[in-house]
Amino acid sequence: MNNSLEQEDEMKFAATERYRAHLRKRHAAERRFKFYGRLAVATALLILATLLTSITYSSLPAFTHHNVLVDLEFTAEASAASGVYSAEELNDMNWSGLANKSLAKHFPDVESRRDRRAVASLLSMGAGDNIVEYVQSKSIRQGDVVELKLPVSDDFDLLVKGLIDRNLPESDRIVSDQKLAWIETLESEGRVSSQFAYALFQNGDSREPEMAGIKGAFVGTLWTMFITLLFSLPIGVMAAIYLQEIAPKNRLTDIVEVNINNLAAVPSIVFGLLGLAVFINFFHLPRSAPLVGGLVLALMTLPTIIIATRAALASVPPSIREAALGVGASRFQVIFHHVLPLALPGILTGTIIGLAQAAGETAPLLMIGMMAFIVDTPMDVTDKATVLPAQIYMWANNPERAFVARTSAGIVILLSFLITMNAAAIYLRKRYERRW
Amino acid sequence: MNLTFLIITTVALIAFFYGQRKIRSVALASSLKQHSLTGYHGAYVAALVFLPAFLLMLFWNSISPLLLTAFLQSRLEDLGGSLPSGELNVLVAKTKSVAAGIIPRSFVSDVVAQSADYYNTLQARSDQFVLITTIIAVLVGFWAGARKIAVRFPARHKVEKLADNVMMAASGLAVLTTIGIVLSLIFETLRFFETVSVSEFLFGLHWSPQIAIRAGQEGSSGVFGAIPLFAGTFLITIIAMCVAIPIGLLTAVYLSEYASTRQRNFIKPALEILAGVPTVVYGFFAALVVAPFLRNGGADIGLTLSSESALAAGAVMGIMIIPFISSLSDDVINAVPQTLRDGAAALGATKSETVKQVIFPAAFPGIVSAILLAVSRAIGETMIVVMAAGVSANLTANPFESVTTITVQIVMLLVGDQEFDSPKTLAAFALGMVLFLITLALNVVALYISRKYREKYE
Repeated sequence: MNNSLEQEDEMKFAATERYRAHLRKRHAAERRFKFYGRLAVATALLILATLLTSITYSSLPAFTHHNVLVDLEFTAEASAASGVYSAEELNDMNWSGLANKSLAKHFPDVESRRDRRAVASLLSMGAGDNIVEYVQSKSIRQGDVVELKLPVSDDFDLLVKGLIDRNLPESDRIVSDQKLAWIETLESEGRVSSQFAYALFQNGDSREPEMAGIKGAFVGTLWTMFITLLFSLPIGVMAAIYLQEIAPKNRLTDIVEVNINNLAAVPSIVFGLLGLAVFINFFHLPRSAPLVGGLVLALMTLPTIIIATRAALASVPPSIREAALGVGASRFQVIFHHVLPLALPGILTGTIIGLAQAAGETAPLLMIGMMAFIVDTPMDVTDKATVLPAQIYMWANNPERAFVARTSAGIVILLSFLITMNAAAIYLRKRYERRW
Repeated sequence: MNLTFLIITTVALIAFFYGQRKIRSVALASSLKQHSLTGYHGAYVAALVFLPAFLLMLFWNSISPLLLTAFLQSRLEDLGGSLPSGELNVLVAKTKSVAAGIIPRSFVSDVVAQSADYYNTLQARSDQFVLITTIIAVLVGFWAGARKIAVRFPARHKVEKLADNVMMAASGLAVLTTIGIVLSLIFETLRFFETVSVSEFLFGLHWSPQIAIRAGQEGSSGVFGAIPLFAGTFLITIIAMCVAIPIGLLTAVYLSEYASTRQRNFIKPALEILAGVPTVVYGFFAALVVAPFLRNGGADIGLTLSSESALAAGAVMGIMIIPFISSLSDDVINAVPQTLRDGAAALGATKSETVKQVIFPAAFPGIVSAILLAVSRAIGETMIVVMAAGVSANLTANPFESVTTITVQIVMLLVGDQEFDSPKTLAAFALGMVLFLITLALNVVALYISRKYREKYE
């Protein structure tokens, strides 16, 4: 009897052990699963951090640019006949020639044509413009010597920033030994100084990386967004009101609804094809114009705005509608005097988010030619223009080294623009959102 | 156009105030009570002024370029003899540039210069015409509206009916967009299939759309077998899904089941930022960081990766899709009622067991439809592959080699100035048609699954 009791105890003990082991296994599985979850989140966050930091880091060189202090000698052909430069003189004179000649005087070893050309390649192509800007309000006499800071070329700039390794053998380096020696002379004389790269914000596109700026593309983006907003907001809101508040529930409205949901998932490039076939080839609207780009993006944003507006309208409680109906308002008055104002924050939030999406869109705009090389700032919706993302794409395709930093800087600016828009949307939502 | 629009809005505004004044004076003189509020009478007159004139202006502005171009074409043919359509189009474009003053007159032939003058006169006449017709329309609208105003006139009903119709038309525009997409794709695709057979396009193994410098040139037709593009798209999509599905799903599960509120408040906005990054940025990231990283990593373990490998493009596309999958699955997981979780807990299940054996099965249709939507997104994604994947059509399943996709080829075929009638540009529309049909099918199936298999709780 004693024996059997012991046996029973042992069996119970063994069973408990088995359960414990099983439980341990289950808890280990639980911990593993939780760990996988953490790992996934950490991976996503790590990727985001890598993306932001790598691009920000590679953009930093684009925000500064180096200048070199040159003693400009105004010779007979570079000084004004009357003391003050006329518009014609400012336009016709060979200012970059003056800059190059003056810079060459700093190096005694410059003799041949080739040497002079090498000196010329140290300065930015835009150096002449800086001189024009300086002299147009001054009276300068023949023989005057003026110290002026002139922007250097992109290779010079990269070298001073340490992005071109000076210790590489000459054959592997973009900058020749001769130019390196000159640059080091200038550096030792303290003539090279760094400055904020205003060109990045003040110029349009350019083949020279140090002169290329985002102003044209930014204004193009603003024009395009203006057209997008002008068409998508009123039409989207009206469509949403109709579908949510007015339309009878039948086959037809069902089709419209399914259609809108599908439209939201159509690839953006297909909208580009639509724009090309309909707006450009059928209606003969101008290529590369913000008008067409804005229309294409408006069609793309429309489903987003409709869906957001419908959600905002649906969140207004029925008691509001019933109260308004109860005091004798017509259905129309209920919508426009009561429901719509209450849904407005939600509508605006959805609109801003939709616009931010559209502002980052590139593919459909490539189809309608908003990828052209455009130096001037567009002044109208029918002018040829490009937009920020397309500008980034074009710079990214450019083989010159300095364009990597330019591209990254463009991205940083685009991302700040988009994040500002989204932050505004979040602020609106937080500030005006009402919960019933 | 701007002047016309200004006239229309100004007169509409005047009409609005006139309508209000008139009903006030009429109501004062009458013993009856006014049917509608004063504002509705104003709105009624204003709407009658604005709507017809605005529609007229819109209509004329959208068809007048067509008409003007047709006139210009016939004029150029009269002056310069008949030309092949390609050259005629170039000539038309040139004439328009001269007319707009972009190209100086001295650069072009007499025929073009004369036609440019003709075009300018036509344009001026068209502008005059639209101005005069809108003025007439505005005045007629004003008269018709003002005539109706009376004390018992139900202006509110009329205005509301009108507004209903305008809003209905707005929602019809979404349908119109779809029809526009389908029609524009179908017409160009049919024209493409006149030169290239359907079976060659869908089942051909060789893709090399040669650059046709001039129509009719030797060998300008190219070879359009799209299988390598479909295979490349498929390969990149699979790689993207291998990255996005595990990370996205686990993130969604962690967020909805494990994360504290503080963690959620941090992780969710981060994922939203990831979702808001434009695709051109991902493309640059792929080329700047991911491709070199994978290439160096591959070299370290003895693999040779092409600099535009499918792996790099697919991985970055996967990253782009992570937030898409995680937010959609987060929604479906949250839609599983709390009672199911509580029931599982009461039976002694651990959290992971609840997730695997209760929540996943319940949310499965939703998750499948989320994944299908993500696949449709990956197939239609353009900028990442344009910047990080290759251009030449290789038929390979090796992720370390370079492949090309449908979207890359559409961009390659259409970017730059081309004649619109060459098989090359038409091929882009055929590819667009395929893309549209695939994504549409995926969306419809996704919608069907989530509707059909959705468990109804409560």
